[in-house]
Amino acid sequence: MPRSRTFLFACLAVTFLSASASAARQTPGTPPPDSQSPEALRAEIARLQQQLESLARTYDERLAALEGRIAALGAAQTGSPPPDGTAAANPPQAQAPETSTPQSQAPPALQPPPDGTVATGTPPPSGKVFNPDIAVIGNMLGAVGTNEIEPSPGLDLDEAEASFQAIIDPYARGDFFFSFGPEGVDVEEGFITFNTLPAGLLLKAGKLRAAFGKVNAMHTHALPWADRPLVTRTLVGGDEGLSDAGLSVSKLILNPVMFLEATGEVFRGHSDVFNGTTRSDLTYVGRLRGYRDLTEGTNLDLGASIAWGSTEVAPDSTKRLIGVDATFRYRPLRRAIYQRMIARSELIWSQDRFAGGSPTAFGMYASGEYQFARRWFAGGRFDYSERPLFPSLSDKGGAAILTYWPSEFSQIRGQYRRTRYAEGTTANELLFQFLFSIGAHGAHVF
Amino acid sequence: MIRFLSVFMLLMVAGATNAAAAVDVVATTQDLAALVQEVGGDRVKVEALARGYQDPHFVEPKPSFILRLHGADMLVAVGRELEIGWLPPLVTQSRNPKIQPGAPGYLDASLTVRILDIPTGQITRAMGDVHPQGNPHYWLDPQNGRKIAQAIRQKLSELDPGGASTYAQRYADFDRRLGEAEKRWDAMMGPYKGVKVVTYHRSWPNFAERFGLDVVGYVEPKPGIPPSPAHTLDLMQAMKQQGIKIIIVEPYFDLKTPNAIARDTGAKVLVLSPSVGGSKEASDYIALFDYDITQLVAAIQQTGAR
Repeated sequence: MPRSRTFLFACLAVTFLSASASAARQTPGTPPPDSQSPEALRAEIARLQQQLESLARTYDERLAALEGRIAALGAAQTGSPPPDGTAAANPPQAQAPETSTPQSQAPPALQPPPDGTVATGTPPPSGKVFNPDIAVIGNMLGAVGTNEIEPSPGLDLDEAEASFQAIIDPYARGDFFFSFGPEGVDVEEGFITFNTLPAGLLLKAGKLRAAFGKVNAMHTHALPWADRPLVTRTLVGGDEGLSDAGLSVSKLILNPVMFLEATGEVFRGHSDVFNGTTRSDLTYVGRLRGYRDLTEGTNLDLGASIAWGSTEVAPDSTKRLIGVDATFRYRPLRRAIYQRMIARSELIWSQDRFAGGSPTAFGMYASGEYQFARRWFAGGRFDYSERPLFPSLSDKGGAAILTYWPSEFSQIRGQYRRTRYAEGTTANELLFQFLFSIGAHGAHVF
Repeated sequence: MIRFLSVFMLLMVAGATNAAAAVDVVATTQDLAALVQEVGGDRVKVEALARGYQDPHFVEPKPSFILRLHGADMLVAVGRELEIGWLPPLVTQSRNPKIQPGAPGYLDASLTVRILDIPTGQITRAMGDVHPQGNPHYWLDPQNGRKIAQAIRQKLSELDPGGASTYAQRYADFDRRLGEAEKRWDAMMGPYKGVKVVTYHRSWPNFAERFGLDVVGYVEPKPGIPPSPAHTLDLMQAMKQQGIKIIIVEPYFDLKTPNAIARDTGAKVLVLSPSVGGSKEASDYIALFDYDITQLVAAIQQTGAR
């Protein structure tokens, strides 16, 4: 470091010397030999003046650049940032062309360079520039109270989700989400998205959370509750949900009224909901989503979904899921960081079909969430679900939730949950959750 | 006859401009949209996603934005990770190859401007919402506005070569008007160089640098972190010691803490517009500075701030 500093001072000294020496060589006022007429002389003087001015400017800029570098070096040595907080690592580049005969007598102005000369592109750290965005989200869950039907540990790091996200090439991006839980490691999602296809198409391939309703597509850490609703746990596969390897194609249906998106998906046929026995026992999912801004701060989001595939209940048994969902959001733009409200409901019908019959179980939740201060959210949820295959058995419950956000990257949540099970037992539980995120996690889809 | 001919010719010219293929531009903020409008005029159709009175860090990626992006020929973003929380999923879902990052229709407006507050050394989120690539509120320096307009002119000329001369002409006109306005602003702010102020968020470094304000503290203890009692007490003490009379607040922040500080210190809370559209008067890029500087000068005169 001291050596490079000395070198810079030397450079500075040489620059000064050469400037003054050449200025001494060519004293202004000595007429060039071949300019005789007064007009030519005048023009020559004007030209020289111009040249002088431009040179003075160039030198001001160069000196300022050197100064900036020296300041940066000094700062690096003392460990403090440069005084003005600007990028001293990006010295201004003199934009005037290199001149071989500098002849400036103007005193060097020891000021920051005139604006317009600051190189502002931030050089990316070499070697890391193509690394994906990496984040880890921890989901620590605790439970107090008794629940004989759906027992859960008193304390558990329920999930650590690691995400790796980057743009693959000019045509696609890639997203991986690995879930580390008490049961081991699982690829929660891992897919490529082709986002430059013609005709308004978006194609995903890989392991995906199916676009069935709202909650199924959400990662656990993005939920407004510490758990998934009863209907999800009973009819749509719980935490893991309807998630499988497959293909997803969605298309915008352009119309003047609303945002309308149709999605069609086909999956291998193995998930916590469906189970095919042969290669052709695939699972199919379809969804239609409509969205419309009501005002600049309110909007309505409606969806209808269907999923069907094989199950292992009996030979040649199949299952069909139908869901409708509605979400109303309110978020005044001027107070967007302090206040918002989301009301949401999903209704789901699950019909098993086999030789002996076709029982249909129905389930639903309705929830509301209100942000009443910058860091505080309060919410409630009503749950109801019949059991698949035995729709005469129904569970019902409710929850009250309070969430505190120290920052965007962590949240602490308490949830009182009461569930009355078909068996006749009632569970009263207090769930609590710590969610924390490190690294760069990509923004979530709305 | 001459009058008739000139009217006819005017109509022809007007018709020609309207008939020219409009470039459909989406800008993430109203500031960028205003600059696109300055350069593009009738040849472009421009719309902004975020409103000027909205915190640009926290915009919801609504599906209606996907629709607007779907048909766009060009997307102008503030960059420097200002929109990191909401723009990427919108661009992915837009299904529009023209505006993907790196595509010809994508313009990061921050690449040629002067950026301040680029952090040096190790940065962690313990420092709050730091922007590793520097302060993204850079449009609040007219010279940067000029640079952004230049970048827009260049991009528009690439996408619509037929309009290159129009864009060049409109840019030159904007440059001239901005230059005149800058003289006006300099004359207004000249007597008050070095006035000490406190701001809510670090939205104003470029503005402060350009117009000679000395920002000595922030209502937020750290960028993006809401006010804490301890920090507020420290700030009030510092303000009293240094005789600071002005607290600049963006329109999307709660005024409770700034008002409490003002009551205790005798300072004045001044809601300035950090963006075009942040107030009714800040209707375009030049009007934005007109509004902010008029308000600021009035407040300085009223409070006798130094």
